[in-house]
Amino acid sequence: MSTSLLLLIIVLIGFIAYFTGRARSLALTGGKLANLHSLPGYHGSYVAIWAVLPAALVLAAWLIASPLYIDSAVRAALPGSVQSQGAANVQLALGQVKSVAVGLNRLNAAEVAAIESGSANLRQTLAAKGVALAGEGEPYMVKAAQHLNATRLHSRWLMSAAVLLVAVAGGLYAIRNIAARFRARNQVERVMLGSLIVASSIAILTTIGIIGSMLSEAGRFFSMVSPTEFFFGTVWDPRFAAAGSEAASGQFGLLPLLGGTLYIAFVAMLFAVPVGLFAAIYMAEYASPRLRSTAKPLLEVLAGIPTIVYGFFALVTVGPFLRDISTQLNGLVTGNYQNFIQAQSVLTAGIVMGIMLIPFVSSLSDDIITQVPRALRDGSLGLGATRSETVKKVILPAALPGIVGALLLTASRAVGETMIVVLAAGVAARMQVNPFEPMTTVTVKIVHQLTGDLEFTSPQTLVAFALGITLFVITLCLNIYALYIVRKYREQYE
Amino acid sequence: MNTVPYKMIGKDVSVYYGEKRALFDVNLDIRENTVTALIGPSGCGKSTFLRTLNRMNDTIENCRVTGKITLDEDDIYDPSIDVVELRARVGMVFQKPNPFPKSIYENVSYGPRIHGLARTKAEFDEVVETSLQKAGLWNEVKDRLHEPGTGLSGGQQQRLCIARAVAVSPEVILMDEPCSALDPIATAKVEELIHELRANFTIVIVTHSMQQAARVSQRTAMFHLGNLVEENDTDKMFTNPDDQRTQDYIMGRFG
Repeated sequence: MSTSLLLLIIVLIGFIAYFTGRARSLALTGGKLANLHSLPGYHGSYVAIWAVLPAALVLAAWLIASPLYIDSAVRAALPGSVQSQGAANVQLALGQVKSVAVGLNRLNAAEVAAIESGSANLRQTLAAKGVALAGEGEPYMVKAAQHLNATRLHSRWLMSAAVLLVAVAGGLYAIRNIAARFRARNQVERVMLGSLIVASSIAILTTIGIIGSMLSEAGRFFSMVSPTEFFFGTVWDPRFAAAGSEAASGQFGLLPLLGGTLYIAFVAMLFAVPVGLFAAIYMAEYASPRLRSTAKPLLEVLAGIPTIVYGFFALVTVGPFLRDISTQLNGLVTGNYQNFIQAQSVLTAGIVMGIMLIPFVSSLSDDIITQVPRALRDGSLGLGATRSETVKKVILPAALPGIVGALLLTASRAVGETMIVVLAAGVAARMQVNPFEPMTTVTVKIVHQLTGDLEFTSPQTLVAFALGITLFVITLCLNIYALYIVRKYREQYE
Repeated sequence: MNTVPYKMIGKDVSVYYGEKRALFDVNLDIRENTVTALIGPSGCGKSTFLRTLNRMNDTIENCRVTGKITLDEDDIYDPSIDVVELRARVGMVFQKPNPFPKSIYENVSYGPRIHGLARTKAEFDEVVETSLQKAGLWNEVKDRLHEPGTGLSGGQQQRLCIARAVAVSPEVILMDEPCSALDPIATAKVEELIHELRANFTIVIVTHSMQQAARVSQRTAMFHLGNLVEENDTDKMFTNPDDQRTQDYIMGRFG
């Protein structure tokens, strides 16, 4: 019985269990619903949960455990000559056995007999059925494959029987529990709570898993390149090792990349913060409700544009525009028509990233500004302050912690932004302060190191994980600092 | 009592919130250096009328005021009037204490600062001290002027708001149920303060408490369903009102 069919049957049993439980509780009421502690629907759900949940758990456990068990059983049954050849060869043989097993299922009895007697070539016969074998195949493999198939079939039947048994038994157990005063509602509530907890822990566990995998890969990197060289190195030159030349591992200095990242993020914030903040103040304090209801969603459309689109906006529009205008300016001033802004530069990436960040700044700040109590506005206006005095002296100070939090969140987005800088910032890893020259960022280099054919053993590839974890720590610190500031101000003013 | 000159004169004042009419041709005059109490059941328009006196209604969408209100002969709804200047002359204290999230000192110096009433540190210090003294708060806060105003108790916060209004040296102070969020002791202090402020300011107070109106005011105006029912000397109002509805409201038969 296939797994999906089994699942379908479990669901079916669940439905039956629901209606049985419901009917049974209704039968117990004696015509008065109030006699029941819980509504019939809860009794039904209770029975259905008992029918489905344990069965599903058994199914899941079996599906995880049985391949492991079968593998080890087949491996143990391999001839001693193979076993003695080392783990890699055993693994290879096991893989072949599995392919043969798949192939054997597609053959008819006569063909199997022919292979067993040795009159037909194993590889050719299987290839005709669409199963490619890595090697010629050996007689013991056919035996092992047959053993594998038999065990699998056996396991599958056992599993089906066990799962169905658990489903029916669970349902019956639950039905027996049903009584007028039985608290089915509370039981269902507990299951609900459990599922909510499971859902939230999945998110947390995933985060932990991601950090764990990055840490272990970064650890492998740091076993090849020393952390001091990485964190304090000023040269980024991860020479791609030619085949066989193990020595050429290059230099992995983080500082040029980090410098570029922070510089571009700074330029972006320089554009985004004033524009976004002013837009937010206008929206929150001055705009009429009609204007606000149309303009605000329009502004937020900007936030929905994929960053790759901003990237080629920078590449084909902003970059060339800045380059050309700098040519003209230079020509007018000095007579030398030579551009002083590169098409790919810190400025280009910063401006376009700033445009991308405007809606984040304005939307977050707008929410925070509108949350400032009306009483404070009235108090200031009632003293004869103008609107802008009220905004400057009362509303912004009151909203400041929230706004700082919003800006730090935006900054951590700027630091982690990838596609815009890939297209607009350039790839030259260097340390300099001229915003008209290209620089590169941590994210750009992660993309570069992980593009193309990869082997996850060389420092050239593994450095991406070290860069990733560095970026993660930076944004984490920004977020923690944002929370700290928000808390501090909240305490002061509450 | 009837010899006191008028500070503000409201003539045929009507207020509309969108299509809804909230005030119907109210004619009410406010006398100088007098406490005028506005009473009436909830939704009768007393707060609405109060807010027309310094044009705080301007901050509400769709609000429209017709009729004429003058302050010392100036029509305050005349287009040539600077609203900001008007509100400096007619200050306001709100229902809930709303100190700014700043220090006590900055709360009081806020008005003088934006209106340029003081320049040097010494002048600011003086304004802050006299305002807090007028609000009866000086002795309680003089040692912690630079702590947040929001850290004070509710009654102290409300007196801070009064000090803040007084610091601008307004001519009229409007109070919108200033004691509704306060306990009886704090209320008594604020009422006492209103008594003292009368010497220098003209005060209009909206209140839900008839006893409070009787205690603090010299003139009382009774509103009902957007109409001014009766306006009279407080003593007469609470002993022998002209209008039956006032009688009923004061006796607690409705409202």
